[in-house]
Amino acid sequence: MGMTIAEKILAAHTPSEGFRPGDIIKVDVDVALANDITAPIAIQEFRRSGAAGMAHADRVVFVLDHFTPTKDIASANQCKYVRDFALEQGMKHFFDGGEAGVEHALLPEKGLVLPGDLVIGADSHTCTYGALGAFATGVGSTDLAAAMLTGQAWMKVPATMKFVFNGTLRPWVGGKDLILYLIGKIGVDGALYKVMEMEGPAISALPLADRLSMSNMAIEAGGKAGIIAADAVTEAYVKPRAARSYTVYRSDPDAAYESVITFDCAGIEPQVAFPHLPENARGVSEAGDVRIDQVVIGSCTNGRIEDLQLAARILKGRRVAKGLRCLVLPATPAVFRQASKEGLIDIFLDAGAIVGPPTCGPCLGGHMGILAKGEKALATTNRNFVGRMGDTESEVYLSGPAVAAASALTGKITAPQEVME
Amino acid sequence: MIFKGMAYTFGNDVDTDAIIPARYLSTSDPEVLKRHCMEDADPSFPDKVKPGDVIVAGKNFGCGSSREHAPIAIKAAGVSCVIASSFARIFFRNSFNMGLPIFESDEAARSIRQGDTLEVDAGTGLITDLTTGERFQARPIPAFMQELIADGGLMEHIRKRRGI
Repeated sequence: MGMTIAEKILAAHTPSEGFRPGDIIKVDVDVALANDITAPIAIQEFRRSGAAGMAHADRVVFVLDHFTPTKDIASANQCKYVRDFALEQGMKHFFDGGEAGVEHALLPEKGLVLPGDLVIGADSHTCTYGALGAFATGVGSTDLAAAMLTGQAWMKVPATMKFVFNGTLRPWVGGKDLILYLIGKIGVDGALYKVMEMEGPAISALPLADRLSMSNMAIEAGGKAGIIAADAVTEAYVKPRAARSYTVYRSDPDAAYESVITFDCAGIEPQVAFPHLPENARGVSEAGDVRIDQVVIGSCTNGRIEDLQLAARILKGRRVAKGLRCLVLPATPAVFRQASKEGLIDIFLDAGAIVGPPTCGPCLGGHMGILAKGEKALATTNRNFVGRMGDTESEVYLSGPAVAAASALTGKITAPQEVME
Repeated sequence: MIFKGMAYTFGNDVDTDAIIPARYLSTSDPEVLKRHCMEDADPSFPDKVKPGDVIVAGKNFGCGSSREHAPIAIKAAGVSCVIASSFARIFFRNSFNMGLPIFESDEAARSIRQGDTLEVDAGTGLITDLTTGERFQARPIPAFMQELIADGGLMEHIRKRRGI
């Protein structure tokens, strides 16, 4: 019997043999990640164990990105607690201040996650790295503490669902639209506990940034991982950044899948997920008349340079609607610098947008763009739960950067072609 | 161990932002978190929940973020255990790792009503609705996860067994 990519990566990281879906195995961890919200609990647990040092300090990554630049005294104390630990331990991969960016944009950029890696992160969107051909999954702080102590984690072996995207993309459709469409079809628990393996001609033709957006939202379908096999596109990105060797895995032709679901991209238009679940996706042409108060372009889903380029193409020479706030948050310092070099920052400022520092801030209702009671936001982020971006009576709609930028111009949810033609 | 308490029922897809909103994540102090437990799903929950009470929910309970603050808040609020049709996977592992007992039973989740008095046998997974007399058997817990519970969570497990 053949194996899937996920099974091959797990097999390469465990002494267990002949494991099957549902079995619990111990795995060696290549990268263990936490942020300013989840690291403090992990550090407390690690300290309580009495250990002096970590099993593999060079495999642990901390990024202060959620409530940073620190939003209040409590978050400052939390960051300081993590910073003090990182400095005491001499951590090589600690990102703070002007070196910090939104973690799931930052780690690939720094070459810290590579194809074939087994990654755990105390952040649910750790599944983003599946787009690099890695097995990456979100865990809790206690799992992180255990990995810091032992270099290992426990895993319930997941079954794999395969999603095949055929055909070519329609204008203004990107990876974010494909993943919203997929979640709309299978629901927020449609892939619960499962690995989602995504492939097909439309995926092969996608830039890496779009693939990262797709894997990023595997968790929004309940998935344990969202894997896209590494190919020439992946290697072109990874190779110049890699400081260690890596392995590219492909699923065997006779690998066992729990299910195979095929989509024809010819039928997929730009998507918008309505409140209050990512599964409430519909085509932008069916959005109706939805007035919005805020647009957020950024996050681990869509804060990469390609996302900002797309938004800038639409915003260039135009002005955001009166009364609407448009926030653009480049996901990392390198993205910010690149956007500045390409003149994108000027385009955003000329359009009347706010350009802020790399931070998760508004995505989780942390800071920098909190919604008032009754307000509506359209965001390129990944969650639209009740109260996610502010008041429990506010609403969040999700889309890709093209729909977000077009909507910023009109003040209501708008298809990109409406403002570009 | 036998848990006994009143049922508080919730719907499907209760997310971690509803369990503990991100605006309170600038602390991990259980005493602070418990005051906001389930606040965005039911603002009066933190005031009315009593030690031993049970949260009963539909499918995909705990979806969303990896924040361990969610099971911490539930545990600190005095909730003895959570029964749901299904759990989101990170919440599922977090609960075992930090010692919050959880039980999967679709039948129980559908049948139990708000305010019913429940008795849950943590060892056997037998759930009894003392108000209606109905009994439900929760899905069996894998052996490794029973070890985690018996040891008092993942870190204690490692301490006792010097490895995961």
